Amino acid sequence: MKLLVPVKRVIDYNVKPRVKADGSGVDLANVKMSMNPFDEIAVEEAIRLKEKGVATEIVVVSIGPAKAQETLRTALAMGADRAILVQTDDAVEPLAVAKILAKIAAEEQPGLVVLGKQAIDDDSNQTGQMLAALLGWAQGTFASKVEVSGDSVDVTREVDGGLETVKLKLPAIVTTDLRLNEPRYASLPNIMKAKSKPLATKSPADYGVDTTPRLTTLSVREPSKREAGVKVGSVDELIDRLRTTGVIG
Amino acid sequence: MKSLVLVEHENGDLKDATLSAVTAAAKLGEVHLLVVGDSVSGVAEAAAKIAGVGKVHVAEDAAYAHQLAENVAPVIAQLMGHHDAFVAPATTTGKNVAPRVAALLDVMQISDVIDVVDADTFVRPIYAGNAIATVKSSDAKKVLTVRGTAFEKAARDGGSGTIEAVSGSGDAGLSSFVGAEIAASERPELTSAKIIVSGGRALGSGEAFHQVIDPLADKLGAAVGASRAAVDAGYAPNDYQVGQTGKIVAPELYVAVGISGAIQHLAGMKDSKLIVAINKDEDAPIFQVADIGLVGDLFKLVPELTEKL
Repeated sequence: MKLLVPVKRVIDYNVKPRVKADGSGVDLANVKMSMNPFDEIAVEEAIRLKEKGVATEIVVVSIGPAKAQETLRTALAMGADRAILVQTDDAVEPLAVAKILAKIAAEEQPGLVVLGKQAIDDDSNQTGQMLAALLGWAQGTFASKVEVSGDSVDVTREVDGGLETVKLKLPAIVTTDLRLNEPRYASLPNIMKAKSKPLATKSPADYGVDTTPRLTTLSVREPSKREAGVKVGSVDELIDRLRTTGVIG
Repeated sequence: MKSLVLVEHENGDLKDATLSAVTAAAKLGEVHLLVVGDSVSGVAEAAAKIAGVGKVHVAEDAAYAHQLAENVAPVIAQLMGHHDAFVAPATTTGKNVAPRVAALLDVMQISDVIDVVDADTFVRPIYAGNAIATVKSSDAKKVLTVRGTAFEKAARDGGSGTIEAVSGSGDAGLSSFVGAEIAASERPELTSAKIIVSGGRALGSGEAFHQVIDPLADKLGAAVGASRAAVDAGYAPNDYQVGQTGKIVAPELYVAVGISGAIQHLAGMKDSKLIVAINKDEDAPIFQVADIGLVGDLFKLVPELTEKL
């Protein structure tokens, strides 16, 4: 079984995003960029499925600027087999990403597409579900456990009240949540080896997908700040204050 | 403009998340509801009573019992022929199904809406709440998920909606429900609780977490939450997690015990009305957002607080 793993290049999760002074967006100039953490979990899960003998080949794909190559090389260094870069400098919305991925899935015929539940930049949480709809496949979102058996996969999902397990017919889409696994670091020899793994470069036009955005960002601002309050010296003082506010009787 | 709001329900109870979604949808115009499930006539009746709602569409089928997106999305897509916007609460159910609907309609969804400016313009947090974007949609129909904490709850009574059965295509044959581990608790639910007591990594163990946090929560009639660090360390189950990747909450009172206040945690609770922080590190970032801070040993202070309340 082949696995398709879409990955996105985003601001590194340790960097605090700064809103541009003109309110046009978030400043990404000279900011450290990395693989979206949820996608890293997806790559790791794919590698584990290959190590278990469930999967035979892992194809990673990224839709983004030329520099998204670095993200793909990271995935190759972790253990993916080959990569596809759909190169564009335009911002591509989840719907268009899903359309491109649907075309790639039609070409590659994966048994499973594993991807992050959301990207930590736009926080949309849409691509996997949209891709499932476009392909008419089943979806296992927010996965904390993935078990493939025969022509189906059991996905344990992190839902509001706890955990839920669904059985999906293959091929299917799985989106990853935080507790699915802990991604490995790529070793130096593997980073070197990844440089010679195949990486194909395509464009959205190659897939006949119109990436014109449907949403226009009118403004981006800082969230309203919360003022720090007072520090109290004792539990009694805390209780007094709470009683004054009326939240406790 | 006519909106279709997905009713969130569980075990026959209509959940509060629905009420906030109704308020958001009302800003767009007429509000119709959709109840999907198995044997949900009681939920439909409760839905029809929500203030301001028009029609309540009800799709009943055993295949809809667990809100499987593969089965539910086509029902919604079909109803969207007569509606201008689909609005779902930004719960795990809403987040699962809404993008599937959006793709079926060829619409770019707007996730986690916190304000409705006009029929095309919406406000939503990005970068884990570190930035707030105002976006305008050019799609003819809208698909939105809305953050419950950002909208008042519509009243559960006063409405007189008409209930109308709709037939869907039932089981798509793609997925089935296997089972669930839903934590049973006497305590209020995190996302709708008036008071929340949350514990962090400073609790040190699962045992200590329960010994310190639970009695205070019980005394206050509060829900129990946890930081991601506490959840990752195994002190508390995953569904306790408050934060960007967990639950977004905005109770009247949020008590953060032994929580340092990582950005990702603050993103999930900073809209709480009153924040109390108890932490031994006086420089912890949690104190920058807390209304009342108490610096000291939580193992002494929290039991004392529990006793004196």
